[in-house]
Amino acid sequence: MADLLIELFSEEIPARMQAKAATDLQKLVTDGLVEAGLTYAGAAAFSTPRRLALSLEGLTTESKSVREERKGPSTSAPDKALDGFLRSTGLTKGQLEVRDVKKGQVYFAVIEKPGRMAADIIAEVLEKTIRNFPWPKSMRWGDGALKWVRPLHSIICILGDDAGVDVVPMDIDGIKTGNQTRGHRFMAPDAFSVANFDDYEAKLKRAKVVLRAEERADMIWHDATNQAFAQGLEIVEDRGLLSEVANLVEWPAVLMGTIADDFLGMPPEVLQTSMKDHQKFFSVRNPKTNRIERFVTVANIETADSGATILEGNQKVLFARLSDAKFFWENDLRVAKAGMAEWTDGLKAVTFHNKLGSQFDRVERITALAREIAPAVGADPDEAAEAARLAKADLRSEMIYEFPELQGLMGRYYAKSAGASDAVAAAAQEHYSPLGPSDDVPTAPVSVAVALADKLDTLTGFWAIDEKPTGSKDPFALRRSALGVIRLVLENNISLNLTQSVEVPMLWHHLGADPSGLVQNGTVSEVELKKVSELVDELKSSNPKESTLAFKLATSVVRKKLSQIAIVQDVFEAKVDAAEDNISNLLSFFHDRLKVFLKDQGIRNDIIDACIAMPGNDDLTLLVKRAKALSETLKTDDGENLLQGFKRANNILTQAEEKDGVEYSYGADLKFAEHDSEKALFAALDAADAVIAPAMTAEDFSTAMTAMANLRGPIDDFFTNVQVNADVSLVRRNRLNLLSRIRTICLSVADLTLIEG
Amino acid sequence: MADKPRSFQEIILRLQSYWAAKGCAMMQPYDMEVGAGTFHPATTLRSLGSKPWAAAYVQPSRRPTDGRYGENPNRLQHYYQYQVLIKPSPPDLQDLYLGSLKAIGIDANMHDIRFVEDDWESPTLGAWGLGWEVWCDGMEVSQFTYFQQVAGYDCKPVSGELTYGLERLAMYILDVDHVMDMPYNDPDAPIALTYGDVFKQTEEEYARWNFDVADTDTLLQHFKDAEAECARILAEPHDDPKTGKRIIMAHPAYDQAIKASHVFNLLDARGVISVTERQAYIGRVRTLTKACADAFVQTTAAGHAA
Repeated sequence: MADLLIELFSEEIPARMQAKAATDLQKLVTDGLVEAGLTYAGAAAFSTPRRLALSLEGLTTESKSVREERKGPSTSAPDKALDGFLRSTGLTKGQLEVRDVKKGQVYFAVIEKPGRMAADIIAEVLEKTIRNFPWPKSMRWGDGALKWVRPLHSIICILGDDAGVDVVPMDIDGIKTGNQTRGHRFMAPDAFSVANFDDYEAKLKRAKVVLRAEERADMIWHDATNQAFAQGLEIVEDRGLLSEVANLVEWPAVLMGTIADDFLGMPPEVLQTSMKDHQKFFSVRNPKTNRIERFVTVANIETADSGATILEGNQKVLFARLSDAKFFWENDLRVAKAGMAEWTDGLKAVTFHNKLGSQFDRVERITALAREIAPAVGADPDEAAEAARLAKADLRSEMIYEFPELQGLMGRYYAKSAGASDAVAAAAQEHYSPLGPSDDVPTAPVSVAVALADKLDTLTGFWAIDEKPTGSKDPFALRRSALGVIRLVLENNISLNLTQSVEVPMLWHHLGADPSGLVQNGTVSEVELKKVSELVDELKSSNPKESTLAFKLATSVVRKKLSQIAIVQDVFEAKVDAAEDNISNLLSFFHDRLKVFLKDQGIRNDIIDACIAMPGNDDLTLLVKRAKALSETLKTDDGENLLQGFKRANNILTQAEEKDGVEYSYGADLKFAEHDSEKALFAALDAADAVIAPAMTAEDFSTAMTAMANLRGPIDDFFTNVQVNADVSLVRRNRLNLLSRIRTICLSVADLTLIEG
Repeated sequence: MADKPRSFQEIILRLQSYWAAKGCAMMQPYDMEVGAGTFHPATTLRSLGSKPWAAAYVQPSRRPTDGRYGENPNRLQHYYQYQVLIKPSPPDLQDLYLGSLKAIGIDANMHDIRFVEDDWESPTLGAWGLGWEVWCDGMEVSQFTYFQQVAGYDCKPVSGELTYGLERLAMYILDVDHVMDMPYNDPDAPIALTYGDVFKQTEEEYARWNFDVADTDTLLQHFKDAEAECARILAEPHDDPKTGKRIIMAHPAYDQAIKASHVFNLLDARGVISVTERQAYIGRVRTLTKACADAFVQTTAAGHAA
């Protein structure tokens, strides 16, 4: 058994690439070694800004020899066959064996693959690994052709066992393997030799390099929290920043600095973002005031003045940065206090998507839609519209130009400064949520209204221009938007008719922000164009609150008026048709996303399908309520057996209906019931009916489904004791009609035919 | 040796002597308006082809949109870059660079010097490279790039490019908070001048001209003229009918590309270029640069065998 140590020493590797590179190094090398017939007991990979390292323990010292026998052609076969065999085995005729088999003499090839020394295999695998390393971006340097993330300077590759340690010799484009590395760039720049992994790690530490990224991160966190604690302060936790910073240093030195008082009046998020983005500083908060009062920077060096010069420099840079931020903040506040008109108008100059107009157009649509949705979510329509109107204003602020990730948050501050209500200001921030499956869902009604309007506008817009997600491609994150709608609706228990909500926006998008899109080749006159424009406006302002009927009505009125302009008519008709298709397509998309969402919560797809088949399926809250009740019911013994009873009834019925060519849907009569079980089923169905119908009307699905599940006993008894296909046709017909009642009652709850099992 | 320089010009002089001692040809600034030192043909064109090259120079650079009438502590529409280009990039380029910091008074044992990932890309030059921005105590003091492609050509060999933003670097070394307060020559000289004495007025004049006065019609015409002239120059036959020599006019054509690029920057500052047009203009400049590079690689300076 031997131990292997590899180090690839280069110029500074980007922080974000180091962790994956270490993993890749381990995988590529170990996979290569194993494939070549070696085994190992343990492996670990490491990275610092200037090196990737891999340590393997318990590596076998050679691969086993392999013997392979292959049967060839008969000795009497034509030469051609023999030639082919020789080519495929790489042997000469003299090297073949002739053996007697039943049918005569046959050539055999015996191929011996001798075992190989570990060192030979390692050299081969390492070279292949280096030449094919999956860096996100790699480069050449000097006059060489080798590619690495940054210039590669030296390679340690040593293999050791009890007998001693040897360099595995190899040469990659002039870089020879050895046993030497270097320490910290400034504190210990000289080269030194290492004998094994423990020696390597220990000597590196003496040379001011901490090999393990997590150890560096721990050192930073420990030092930073201690220094903050000593001042009665706390570090604002930021895992991402911590791991980034840990990969920017080989020897972390934590320094805490002060923020000038001038800047403490800015929102803490601005301080935090500016310090993190530009300087990779941690923010230090005063828990008493909740203000960010200091910062922590992590240097890569210990200096004679304990970092005083470094800290002074950093403070100076921060001062300049924060002066910029303060300048933006103060300018922005001026615009905000004047009512933000400069920004809301300015959104005309911000393209949202070249086929979907500007952010200004978008805000107009979202405003109208938020007003529509408001009553359903319990928000005041005017307040929702006002919130939507201001929601994107901050996109024009100087602060967001500088720090795009503060969008929404700054909107909230600015809306507040503009004198908006708390609810309106909150919506500026919260309407972007939820951004992911674990992001919080807003609950404030105004925020919910704007959030829904924002997402529905996005979805209908991209549907209308045919940019639907396909396969793994979803460049506009439309799945996330749909999931956002689903979570907003479900988690707030909102009853919202989705079809209705997307009708108008979908049609708007199809008609386009500019009605001249209706006109082909400019063959329509100015007057006609104006007319179209007015009609489209009329359509937009129509208020289809009740049902799709209103939508049809609105479009039909416009259609009629447009028919006077013949050339527009066809285009318009086509667009309305397309909009209608897309509305149902989008609804299916919501259903698909809902399935994914509910599957994670343990509700099977077939159960959701059984509920989607029921009316009102565009009210997702209702749909989920039904699916959950059904899922619970089917988990019970009664429910499961009822399902079997239903399926049996349905099968017998369907077969009989096919055979007889009639539909047994009416007229089961108690007076033709012969058997007690039959009579009992009549009674049970009557009782169930009396419970289920009102429960369904009241959307009390659990009561309805419990009542349905209670039919299990009578149905089972019926099938045990009664022969449906009785000899007397009147009796048979009556029994089939009775089965039909089972089917009708069950299907009024959910489409059980879609349930599997 | 790491004693501190006392003025802006001393920093420049020290960089000059340092890189001269390391064997670079001391070039002078290119005599045209450019946005950055990279535009100097000593970088753009000389990074192409196989011939070794080592040059260093100061390049006055202009970014009209960055003008702040000399009021912002570190934003200027006219500033200086120090540029080093070595082809092929030597294996010890990082050490050479750190040596240059030492020469201008930055002791790497007292400061926190870091190489932070920064991929460089120039859409107008059709160029990209990998490298870092170099941080000193949290401040970016240089760009360090290994050129991979210029004008669509793979760089073989690869050039190493160093760019120092001189004003910002000098302000840090000289410990001044506003660029205009920075000593330009020695503060003890009989006639001591600050950066402001030299440039405050010009910053005001150019800011006014760049933002409000430059005639956009004229500029648009200049752009078209430069574009046309560039194409015309390159369309001439390689063999000069008068001398009978093979003379490919890559540099005169490239001057026109530089001119177009600067005119575009001026138009941008005048606010007459929309977001969509912007891309189109950048594309037009890139086409010019590409054509010039196509011409240059056929010349002896690019290693083309005559």
